Amino acid sequence: MTENNRVYNVLIVGVGGQGIILASDVLGRVAAAHGYDVKKNEIHGMAQRGGSVSSHVRFGKAVYSPIIKVGEADVLLSFEQIETLRYFPFLSEKGKVIVNDQKILPPAVFTGKQEYPADILTRIKDKVSDAVVVNGDEVAKNVGNPRVVNVIFLGVLSKYLDIPVDVWESVLKESLKPKLVDVNLKAFHEGRALAAV
Amino acid sequence: MKELMSGNEGIARGAYEYGVRLASAYPGTPSTEILEYVGARYPEIKAGWAPNEKVALEVAAGAAYGGARAMASMKHVGLNVAADPFMTLSYTGVNGGLVIVVCDDPEMHSSQNEQDTRNFAKFGKVPCLEPSDSQEAKDMVGAALQISEDFDTPVILRSSTRVSHSMSLVEVNERVHGSKELGLKKDPMKFVMLPAMARRRHPVVEQRLKDVAAFAETFPFNRVIMGDESLGIIASGVAFQYAREALPSASFLKLGMVWPLPEKLIRDFASRVKRLVIIEELDPFIEEAVRLMGIKVEGKELTGMCGELSPEKVEKILTGSTKSKSIGAIDMELPLRPPNMCPGCPHRATFTALKKNKVYVAGDIGCYTLGALPPLGMLDNCLCMGAGIGIASGLDRSLGELARGKAVAVIGDSTFFHSGMTPLLELAYNGGSTTVVIMDNRTTAMTGAQPHPGTGATLRGDATVTADIEKLAEAFGFKRIRIVNPYNVKDTERVINEELQAPEPSVVIVRAPCALLKTGRILPDRPLTIDADTCKGCKSCINTGCPALEFVKIEEPAEGDKRKGYSKINQSLCVGCRTCQEVCKFDTIKEAL
Repeated sequence: MTENNRVYNVLIVGVGGQGIILASDVLGRVAAAHGYDVKKNEIHGMAQRGGSVSSHVRFGKAVYSPIIKVGEADVLLSFEQIETLRYFPFLSEKGKVIVNDQKILPPAVFTGKQEYPADILTRIKDKVSDAVVVNGDEVAKNVGNPRVVNVIFLGVLSKYLDIPVDVWESVLKESLKPKLVDVNLKAFHEGRALAAV
Repeated sequence: MKELMSGNEGIARGAYEYGVRLASAYPGTPSTEILEYVGARYPEIKAGWAPNEKVALEVAAGAAYGGARAMASMKHVGLNVAADPFMTLSYTGVNGGLVIVVCDDPEMHSSQNEQDTRNFAKFGKVPCLEPSDSQEAKDMVGAALQISEDFDTPVILRSSTRVSHSMSLVEVNERVHGSKELGLKKDPMKFVMLPAMARRRHPVVEQRLKDVAAFAETFPFNRVIMGDESLGIIASGVAFQYAREALPSASFLKLGMVWPLPEKLIRDFASRVKRLVIIEELDPFIEEAVRLMGIKVEGKELTGMCGELSPEKVEKILTGSTKSKSIGAIDMELPLRPPNMCPGCPHRATFTALKKNKVYVAGDIGCYTLGALPPLGMLDNCLCMGAGIGIASGLDRSLGELARGKAVAVIGDSTFFHSGMTPLLELAYNGGSTTVVIMDNRTTAMTGAQPHPGTGATLRGDATVTADIEKLAEAFGFKRIRIVNPYNVKDTERVINEELQAPEPSVVIVRAPCALLKTGRILPDRPLTIDADTCKGCKSCINTGCPALEFVKIEEPAEGDKRKGYSKINQSLCVGCRTCQEVCKFDTIKEAL
C-alpha cells in the first residue's frame, strides 16, 4: 500500500521497558534495507523509568522531519491501552490501529487515587472498526518466550507495510543474538498470522 | 555504504573519521551516548568519563594544546559548568582541532531549563555549527575540527534532543588524521593568560570572528534552496526539517553555521524573497542578528520563545492551517504516566526513611529527583548539579533554630563527584549543623548506568582506582560520618534522626547498588507477597510508590470487613528489596514461596 514518493509514518507507543525502541530500530533498518530513506525519533531519558514512550518511524523516497505530524500516522502500534489513547490524534483518519491488550497501571492508579479507564478497547473500535487487538503476553507464552511480545507486533505490523517478508527476516536475523533468532522468527510469523489482512 | 545512525552515533563516527585522538565527557541527556559510542566502537580514540564538564573540556583543551584533535561533549547545562575554561579558551585558541559538542534540550524532556547554547557561542566569540540530521552531525564534526585548526579557535557543535536522538542514514568513510604536529609546544604569549598576554589575545579573537564570518559566506553547509519566491525561510537544525516538511515548495536559507552569521548571504537571500520568516526554537538568535542588519523579518511573534517546534506547529505558523486529517482524540480522562523509581530502587527506601523524619530536603539531580513526585513528595528544591549541599548549608546557618535538625541535603554519588565535593568542603569549613545524605548507588543511574570515579571502572570497563567518599569527608574535616544500608529502613531512619539532632555537620552515606545493576547486587531477587486477608489496607506500603505494589479496591466487602481495599504485590516486578515489609505495621508481607 506504499505509493511512489509517499512517506509512510508508523508511530509506536507504550511504556518504558516494553521493547519499543528495539522494535522501532528493527522497523527502521527494515525500511532502510528495502531502499527507503528513513528517519526515526524517540524520547529517551526520563521516559525509561516506567514513563510513557513514543517512537516515530518515517520512510519513503525522501524524508525531512524525524517526527510525524499530528494526523499523519498511517499506523499506530500501541503496546498498552492507555498509551493508545494518549497518542490517538497522531493517527490519520484513514490510519490503522494495532493494540496490545495490556494494562500497565500508572502511579495514580496503583496507589488507588485514580481508576484505570474502562472500555478503552471498545472506544477505539468505535472509531476504527478494523482495529487489531492482540493479547501479546498470551501469544508470547504460546511461542515459548515472554520477551518476544514486541516482535509479535512487528509481525502484525509487517502485514500493513509493503515490504517483502524476507527483508524483515534478514534484518531480524542480523539484529538478534544467534540463540534468540528462531524464537523471534516464530514470534514474527505468529504475529503476521494474526493480522486481519 | 549507508548506515542508520542517531545524531549522537553520527557525532561519535565523525570523531573517529576526522582523526579525534581524545574524547572526554560527563553523562547528560541528550548527549550521553556520544562518548558511549566512542568508548564501545573506536579504540583508536583515548576516551574517558570526566567527573564533570569543566574537567572534560580542560582535558580536551590539553590534547588540543598538544596538537591532537579533541572532543568534549556535554548537555547544554554542562556548558555552564565548563563556562570558565570555555570563555578563556577562546583567547588562547587551540593548536589541534577542538570541537565542543553541546546538546540542547528544547521542551526540557530531561532537563531543568531550556537555555539556548547559541548565546554562549556569541558570548565566547566562538564559531557554532548546527546539524539537521545524522549525516550532517558526522560531517560537521569534520568541518568544526578544520575550522578550529584553520582559525585557531575552539568550535561549538550544537545539537538538540531531536537531532541527537533521531536516526537517519549516514555514509561512512575511513579515518583521516589532523594536520597539526604533536608535541609539547612552549608559547606563553598565546597560552599563559596573564593580563598582559590576554590583552594581546583579545584583539586576535575579535579579528578571528570577522575572518570566520567572511568564511561563513561560502561555507558549504550554509546553503540556499530557491523555490517559490513569495516566502523565504531562514532555519537551522531540526527546525529546518520541520519547515521543509511543512512547506517543501518555499525558498530556504539553511544555515549550518549559526555563529558568526554570513551577512552578505542573508542580505542576498532576503532581497530575493517577498516575505522573510525565521523558524528557530528558543531564543530569537538569528532573528536579532538579521534585524540588526536592518532587514524586515518575522520570527518570534510566530514561533514563540518556549518549548520545541514540531512539523504541525511550523505548518500552522507558515500557512495558518494544517492539511493533515487527524482521526481526532478519544475524549477520556487519562491518568498521567510520569517516570518513577524502579522496583527495588534504594532511593525509595531512603526517602521512606526521610519521610518518617519529616524533614525539609534540599535535593539534587539524578534518579532521586523523582522522589519529588507523589506519593513520596520528598524533595523541596532542586536547582542544579551539586546545589543541594550548599543550599542546605545556607538554610541552616541563616535560619538557625528554624532549620536546625529539620533539613537535610540529598545527593547521589555521581553528582557528588561532579560538583558536590566543594560544597561539602564549605560545610566542613564554615560549620553549622547540616546533615548531608549521600545516596551512593554505585553508578550514574539516570543517564543509563555510566561508571564514575567512585566505581572502580572506566568508560571501557577497565579496572581503576576507586575514590572513597567517606575518606574524602574525613579529610574535609567531618567528625560524624555514618554508613547505612537503606533497605534497613528503620535503621536508616534512626541514624538520620541521630545526625539531625547532632550539633555539628554530618554525612550519612546510604549505600546500595542501583536495582538495575548486575554487578555487586545485594537484592535477593526473591519476590514478596502480601496476605490479602490480614492486610489492613492502611496503604503504608503503597505510599512508598513502588510500581510492584497495587492497591486493590474491595467493591463488595464481606460482612464486618471495613477495609476499602488491600495491597497486592506483582510478583513479576518485585525484586525483594523489603522496603514495603519494613514499613508494614501488621506483619502481612512475607517472602513468596
